[in-house]
Amino acid sequence: MTHVAIADQPLEHAHEPSSFVSKYIWSQDHKVIAIQYSITAILVGLVALVLSGLMRLQLGFPDSFSFIDPSAYYQFVTMHGMIMVIYLLTALFLGGFGNYLIPLMIGARDMVFPFLNMLSYWVYLLAVIILMASFFVPGGPTGAGWTLYPPQAILEGTPGATWGILLMLVSLAVFIVAFTMGGLNYVTTVLQARTRGMTLMRMPLSVWGIFIATILGLLAFPALLVSAIMMLLDLLVGTSFFMPAIVSLGEQMNYSGGSPILFQHLFWFFGHPEVYIVALPAFGIVSDILSTHARKNIFGYRMMVWAIVAIGGLSFIVWAHHMYVSGMNPYFGFFFATTTLIIAVPTAIKVYNWVLTLWQGNIHLTVPMLFAIGFIFTFTHGGLTGLFLGNVVIDLPLSDTYFVVAHFHMVMGVSPVMVLFAAIYHWFPKITGKDFNVTLGKWHFWITFLGTYAIYLPMHYLGFLGVPRRYYAMGDTAFIPDSAQDLNASITVSALIVGAAQLIFIYNMIASLRSGKSSDPNPWGATTLEWQTPDHPPKHLNWGDNLPVVYRWAYDYSVPDAKEDFIPQNVPEEAVERIDTAERNQSENSGEKE
Amino acid sequence: MNIFRKLGEKSWVPHPAGAEFSALELNENNKVGNIALRFFIAVVAVIFFLITITFLGRSQMVDFQALAGEPWQPFSDARQLWLNTGALALSSLAIHLAKIFSHKSKLDLAMGAIFLATFFALAFLFGQLVVWKQLYQLGYYVQTNPANSYYYLYTSLHGLHLMGGILALFYVIGKFIRNKATDDLSKSINLCTTYWHFLLIIWLLLFALLTSSSETFRVIAELCGF
Repeated sequence: MTHVAIADQPLEHAHEPSSFVSKYIWSQDHKVIAIQYSITAILVGLVALVLSGLMRLQLGFPDSFSFIDPSAYYQFVTMHGMIMVIYLLTALFLGGFGNYLIPLMIGARDMVFPFLNMLSYWVYLLAVIILMASFFVPGGPTGAGWTLYPPQAILEGTPGATWGILLMLVSLAVFIVAFTMGGLNYVTTVLQARTRGMTLMRMPLSVWGIFIATILGLLAFPALLVSAIMMLLDLLVGTSFFMPAIVSLGEQMNYSGGSPILFQHLFWFFGHPEVYIVALPAFGIVSDILSTHARKNIFGYRMMVWAIVAIGGLSFIVWAHHMYVSGMNPYFGFFFATTTLIIAVPTAIKVYNWVLTLWQGNIHLTVPMLFAIGFIFTFTHGGLTGLFLGNVVIDLPLSDTYFVVAHFHMVMGVSPVMVLFAAIYHWFPKITGKDFNVTLGKWHFWITFLGTYAIYLPMHYLGFLGVPRRYYAMGDTAFIPDSAQDLNASITVSALIVGAAQLIFIYNMIASLRSGKSSDPNPWGATTLEWQTPDHPPKHLNWGDNLPVVYRWAYDYSVPDAKEDFIPQNVPEEAVERIDTAERNQSENSGEKE
Repeated sequence: MNIFRKLGEKSWVPHPAGAEFSALELNENNKVGNIALRFFIAVVAVIFFLITITFLGRSQMVDFQALAGEPWQPFSDARQLWLNTGALALSSLAIHLAKIFSHKSKLDLAMGAIFLATFFALAFLFGQLVVWKQLYQLGYYVQTNPANSYYYLYTSLHGLHLMGGILALFYVIGKFIRNKATDDLSKSINLCTTYWHFLLIIWLLLFALLTSSSETFRVIAELCGF
């Protein structure tokens, strides 16, 4: 018998799981796995959110909380950064939305390797458990900073330099194994399981973003794996890959000749593509949401796809702009500054295209749309400060200040999170079959959007003042005015309010799931395939008896002459209801008279 | 090129569905395993590539002592490594034969070749352990010099990937015992063959690298701009 992947299997071969365990626990259904990924990622993200609140308490009101000593502060910083970037954003965009959307949007029954997909989630969960375990080991979690730079990451004196760092490195390695299993699935499914008529250039931009981001992940995560393995050997076996000859606490250590800079190169060779591993799915998803809620086709679809591909390629040759202060050859810095500025070109194309999509669109200010438009603001803002920092001479004085914290939180923190909220609200009716509470959603948006500006705008100013980042407390510093401390206090208050506002979101999701109204199968009037499933919410294997056939691209909104203001991808030309000519002339005439 | 033509498609222009793409055709020559394997090979290749970049950088530090080049260094006489390389090459050859047999539907012969491939692969791994032991007895511990550290790191990673491959071979043998159809077996054997050849190429590159002298490293590092 020829092997036929489950994504292509005819329905009669696929047995629906019947028991609770096979349906919800050891499930191989991409939708269930997506939800498992999402819930885990959000829960662990909440831990990171609380950690950021604790950090802000110390910064805003220094020495008021006895349990936040310098060690604890660095542990909070480290765990907050790593959890948010890897275990929340990467996992939620690719493990969560990648899993949910790819098969549904391309018209497949499931991922091509469902068992591997299931394994991917459980290995991810293992990585999360290992990471969380570090809170409970002697010495606590590592406090080396989220970049885990050696030599200090494994030297005595750094919080968690024994167990904490060990668990962090092991957890990262396990996460990468999980990601590779998932990633192989996503790319193969996109390439091999698209339904009839779904050409590459008819795929919604969400799938394009997830697809290219997954390729980036597959090629970039090995750098983190390699650095994790090599640092583990430095820690456990005493090798000197990254550890130089060093005197620690008055004692000459057994290391010699290793290069900490080598670790930085490896780390950022992963770290910069990681920005786009998170950003590209966000770009794709936001494009689809903007187009749907503006009732207008995405502006410059081909250019959007090319920009995603170009950004993906370029993201591998910009990494050293994170290392200008490491003391590099000026020509090297010049090269990376140039590539960094070049990557702004396709990125700017995308921003222009989003704005032009909105231009003269029939904009519906729904909750997902609010978050999507919010994203355009925060991303443009964060992107522009990125242009400052991409230049060596501007980066050098700003690199160790709050300007950088403000920049990357706007571009890599707030912006993707805005898209995540947009996406969760947008697809919530599809995933659960329920409507969410719009009023609560709008409250959530406005507090989050305005709140993040209240947090990060002042941080830019603090950066210009020269307030250093990574400091537990500022102490008495002549060049920092007292007003900086007032700003810090106000930032903390804003951060706590924004943090608390996320409870509105969680309450809304849970309450709507339990007692929300049943939603319309296609409440936004969207064209993409996931809204056209025969069951709502989609059942096991998605498509009932027959796979959908695709006749058009994903952006047929407000097509002239069409009766409805959207034509789903699976509607053939002859089935499109048209306004008849007499009717149109009549309406045009009446329009002229008015 | 095809990919540029595809990316240049004007998808907003309506045209009949399925004219240029048919899911059914893809089912007939199912490439799912092949594509996933290619991506996996790319991932593994990146891992070895990145370690090699750090190796070249590290080799230019003063404390680095290459394992070959001078008469007293262990790999100036690399006989055991040559033997191991021979075993891996034979394993690759055997699995290639298995692929040819399976295409001709001679499944028994194919299975014989797979057993042979497994045997030689295990022999290779055993040979690698012998080299480890020799190095250990000579005092070349993992932490005494970065060249040693890299040697142990490279060979363990390569060995682990080969062990994964051996598990896949056991899986194929299991399929044969359960009387799976020729097509299915043949596809699995194809995938294993590609992976085996890839691991052989990686090993040949590693072999060349790890038995080179400091002078060679200096030249390569200079060429790479270190």
